[in-house]
Order: sequence, then C-alpha cells, then structure tokens
Amino acid sequence: MIDRGSNKPKFVYVTYIRTTPERLWAALTDPQTIRQYWFGMTAECDFKPGSAWSLKFEDGRTADTGEILEADPPRRLVIRWRNEFKPELKAEGYSRCTMEIELADYYPDFGGKAVKLTIHHEIEGEGGGKFIEAVSGGWPKVLSNLKSLLETGDAAFQK
Amino acid sequence: MVDSTKFKPKTVYVIYIAATPEKVWQALTDPAFSKQYFFGFAVDMEPTTGGRFRLLWPDGRLHVSGEVVEWTPPRRLSVTWLVEGMKDFGELPQCLVSYDIVASGDAVRLTMTESHSWDVPRDILRGGEMGWPKILSGLKSLLETRKPLVTGNEGPPPEFMEAVKRAVAEKPWLRS
Repeated sequence: MIDRGSNKPKFVYVTYIRTTPERLWAALTDPQTIRQYWFGMTAECDFKPGSAWSLKFEDGRTADTGEILEADPPRRLVIRWRNEFKPELKAEGYSRCTMEIELADYYPDFGGKAVKLTIHHEIEGEGGGKFIEAVSGGWPKVLSNLKSLLETGDAAFQK
Repeated sequence: MVDSTKFKPKTVYVIYIAATPEKVWQALTDPAFSKQYFFGFAVDMEPTTGGRFRLLWPDGRLHVSGEVVEWTPPRRLSVTWLVEGMKDFGELPQCLVSYDIVASGDAVRLTMTESHSWDVPRDILRGGEMGWPKILSGLKSLLETRKPLVTGNEGPPPEFMEAVKRAVAEKPWLRS
C-alpha cells in the first residue's frame, strides 16, 4: 500500500512465504528465477554492493537501471533505481528500494516455517508520486507470483 | 444499515491468487477455510446484505461483531467490524472491511480495504497493517497449496494497545 503519512509517498508491502531466507534470497537475485515471476523481465547484475543493476524486458529493451547499494545475504538488499522507458517516471529521478528478509515467528517445534519479506520503495528526492503509483501497481503482482513460485513451483499468472 | 460513505479507506492490501473468484469468495465466507488462515477465527455470517457478521474464537467466544453491508458473490463483500473480544476495543467506533475480487488473467486480484469513520491514530492502524499481510498471505497459500501457512501471531505491539486505551478515554470521534 502507499503510505501517505509523511510528505512524500512511500510504497510498503509485506508478504509471508513458506520458504527459507536462503531460497528467497536466491529467488530475488538469480536472473533465471526472476524471469519466472517478473513477467519475463529479468535483472542483469551480480548483486554485489556497488555493482550496476538493470531490469530488462523480454525483448532486450531496458526498463530500469541503477546500482546495488547494500547486499547482505540472506537478509537485506537495497537497490537504487530509475525508470528508463517512461519519460514522466524517469523525470522523477532515482528511487530507493529496500528488501528485508526475516524469519516470521519461527517455531521449530511446530515445524512451521514462514519468511517475512518487506519491500519499501520511495523516491530519493522530492515528490515521486507517479513513480510510486506505478510501482504500487506492479509490486503486488510480482511478489504474489514470487510467493506462488516458491510455494508451488509455478508462478500464479503470466501477465 | 450503516452509511458506508462516511468511511474513508486507510489500509489497502492487494494480493493475486491462482484460483477462481468463486473459490476466493468461499475462502472469505466459509469458517472451514477461515479457521486455517485467520488466526484460528471462524467467520460466521448470514449470506445476505443486512445479515449478521461475526468472527469467533475456536471455543466459540465472540471476537468481532458486525453487519454485512454488501453481499455480492463472487465480487464484493463488505462488513462492519467491531472487535468486542478484547478489553477497551468494543468502545471504539466500528470500522468497515471490504473485499473486492476481480479476475485478472489466470489469477484473481483480491483487494482488502479497511476504512474508518474518524481520524484514527497511526498506532491503531498498525494493528491492521501487521495483521492483514499475514492473513491474506495465509489465504493465498491455503488456496494454492491446500496447506495453511504458519506465521504465528505475536499479538499487537504495546503502542497499539496504549493508543486504543487513549482513544477510548478521549473519544476524539465525538468531537466532529
């Protein structure tokens, strides 16, 4: 959902997934796996701090570019990114996307295993309303698909 | 019947589920399902607009009471929501919880909207912000894998309980 509590909008989303932090980290950083839940798009990156990062469409066009600010497997990944294919979104500049992975209420005695994934996404500068609106439509689709892929072996849907 | 136009959306959660709208509707309205993803609560509702809505603890005690404001299977369910099973909560104004179900390609988009009729403090909204992702992640897992998702329930944080106590003492909704 979009948090409008402060001056600038910020997208926050939490999902719980039946998996391990290591498997979730791998799914967030492996280009072949990303393609399976991100509607054919994939990231080109080695996910090391300071590395260049980009998200590409299936046909090779560039959707977004940026860099890895933090990578602490399997706990925390911070990507600085800017849209490259819609001028009105590109004009809002760089955003910062933070992904945090935690064990959720882990009770080994019950054999229960769920991992909590939290996404924070906000524009670095002022404003950013259009960009945040755009990612707030996309993230629930991508993360729902990621959850399905990890729990069932299949993405929930293709488009 | 409650005037739903007096309620403003405060918390929205969207999730996509590989299921039919009918199956998602059943998961929202059938206690055999809700017990498996809603912290053990059984939904108990009369299947009609104006009907009774309740959430019950496993031992049958009342947790949430309300009224079915909209019953339009398998597209839209809207209920008023008053937590009666916890100290102080029953004195807060009731809120409105709506579920919208829309087919989206091979999947279904489920949108949960929690709306309030007063300027509810952030600390009180935190309760729903913490709970809904667990509940709806669990609903998706149950429908897609037939197995419940174990997330546990550590209960609401102390600042949430404090905010409820303060609101009940000051009753800010009476001022407007």
